[in-house]
Amino acid sequence: MIDALLTPFHYDYMVRAIVLSGLIGGVCAFLSCFVTLKGWSLMGDALSHAVVPGVALAALAGLPFAAGAFVAGILAAAGMGFIRMRTRLREDAVIGIVFTTFFAAGVYLISVYPSNVDLRTIVFGNILGIADADIVQVVIISAVSLALLLLRWRDLVLYCFDANQARALGLNVRFLHGLLLALLSAVAVAALQTVGACLVVAMLVTPGATAYLLTDRFGRMIGLAVGMGTGTSLAGAYASYYFNGSTGGCIVTLQTILFVLALIFAPKHGLRAARARQRAAAAGGGA
Amino acid sequence: MSAPVRIDVRDLTVTYPNGLVALRDTTFALEGGTICALVGINGSGKSTLFKAVMGFLAPARGTVAINGAPVAAAQKQNLVAYVPQAEEVDWSFPVGVHDVVMMGRYGYMNFLRRPAVEDRRVVEESLRRVGMWDYRERQIGELSGGQRKRVFLARALAQRARIVLLDEPFTGVDVQTETAITELLRELRAAGDIVLVSTHNLGSVPEFCDQVVLINRTVLACGPTEEVFTEENLVRAFGGVLRQFRFDQSTVQPHDGRTVTVLTDDERPLVFGKGGHLEYAERKRHEKLVAERAEREDDK
Repeated sequence: MIDALLTPFHYDYMVRAIVLSGLIGGVCAFLSCFVTLKGWSLMGDALSHAVVPGVALAALAGLPFAAGAFVAGILAAAGMGFIRMRTRLREDAVIGIVFTTFFAAGVYLISVYPSNVDLRTIVFGNILGIADADIVQVVIISAVSLALLLLRWRDLVLYCFDANQARALGLNVRFLHGLLLALLSAVAVAALQTVGACLVVAMLVTPGATAYLLTDRFGRMIGLAVGMGTGTSLAGAYASYYFNGSTGGCIVTLQTILFVLALIFAPKHGLRAARARQRAAAAGGGA
Repeated sequence: MSAPVRIDVRDLTVTYPNGLVALRDTTFALEGGTICALVGINGSGKSTLFKAVMGFLAPARGTVAINGAPVAAAQKQNLVAYVPQAEEVDWSFPVGVHDVVMMGRYGYMNFLRRPAVEDRRVVEESLRRVGMWDYRERQIGELSGGQRKRVFLARALAQRARIVLLDEPFTGVDVQTETAITELLRELRAAGDIVLVSTHNLGSVPEFCDQVVLINRTVLACGPTEEVFTEENLVRAFGGVLRQFRFDQSTVQPHDGRTVTVLTDDERPLVFGKGGHLEYAERKRHEKLVAERAEREDDK
């Protein structure tokens, strides 16, 4: 029995996949707190798709995929910012146009120049078959992002909550905005490896959203989100060995289960609590 | 009382990318301590002027100086604080009262923004001063309108700002909080600070503001309240926008004497005559009522 449960750990590729998934899941979850509160969910989805042409071009040029992806992500974010400022279009329309354009370009490039980049890998992720060079890139991205978040999270919270106050205190708001976008692009690249472009947005939203239902304090929200993000990613990668299914699918399913539990049972912001409050109010009003 | 502060706005012109000139050749100066009202209609450039004083906008022409230096230098010294309007704040954001006031201390903290003992002491003192220390653990959305306003005022206090900008401070605030806020602003004035209040609540201005800047895309008048707050100036600033109740055209009669009560929630005033009967702004269509009351009270 114990032996059966430990089997995944006998395989190097499984151990690597589990550890890497946990690392990426934790960083994504940290960032997801800001994504949730800033209302950037769609932006996260957009950036995770917009990095694809960068990956394709980097593969063609023989450069590290992360460099290409990061540049593509920043270009997409800058393009969205530019169109948003210069036109009367609403933000969701701008995001919708820009990210599909980038994604389409990526799909086209990969189909015309088949190289060592597999479209399936990009769209659905392939952490089990990750190459050693890619591991190094993912670890570096995660470590740098985590360090920046740990150093700057208080400033980012102030920026998300009250940008005017941040500016009035002389903080560089443009830098903080750029930092958040750059982190989003970088982390999207890392998560691409684990769960694929389609599911990155789940890693960048769900843990933060779940934690938001559970607490009213930002510090605790980060702690809860990182705990859940890391835990579900470790467990999801581990479980995918037995289900013989997609790692990304397993991880995101676990995150969704936690979200649904929080939605129902959260002590203050859950559905049950809301109903109890309604009943109490009705009873109080009747008495 | 600490050294007085100054704001000098000179020939300030601000234009927006769509070509709108929000402010043109705006010039005025304020010296602490003062509570100065910034009065004008919607779109008169009140919030643009606020943004310029906080250094959020690059003027097309002219300068804003704080203590003779550019605004950026004042920001570094945490000199300017801003108390936002209720609508500008995300009240469901996961921050507590204590966290919000601590945000006023960021400028004093090191790179990591770890609060020091001094920061905690100042936050406590500020919260006690606005009477919100007992609520320090609450999430900000769980507070009433008046309490919310006081928390953000405490943040300005914690910042040790010498210039406090308040945007419509009395909207959605109960009368007691209004009195408490007014009291606090007077203390700041006594300490030599500049309090700049943007408001369209004209009635409250003479009560607590010693100076007024009237604007409509430029400064129409500025100076002591009793000089600037004249009917002529207000008509210039507001045109036909103001609601009026002219006693000589109303149903108020000699018998009402000086017992007239005027009630207003910043809309059209509701006026009651002697004994609490309702008065109308126009005598027209109420001739019968006027005659009846005149007979009863023997007015001629």
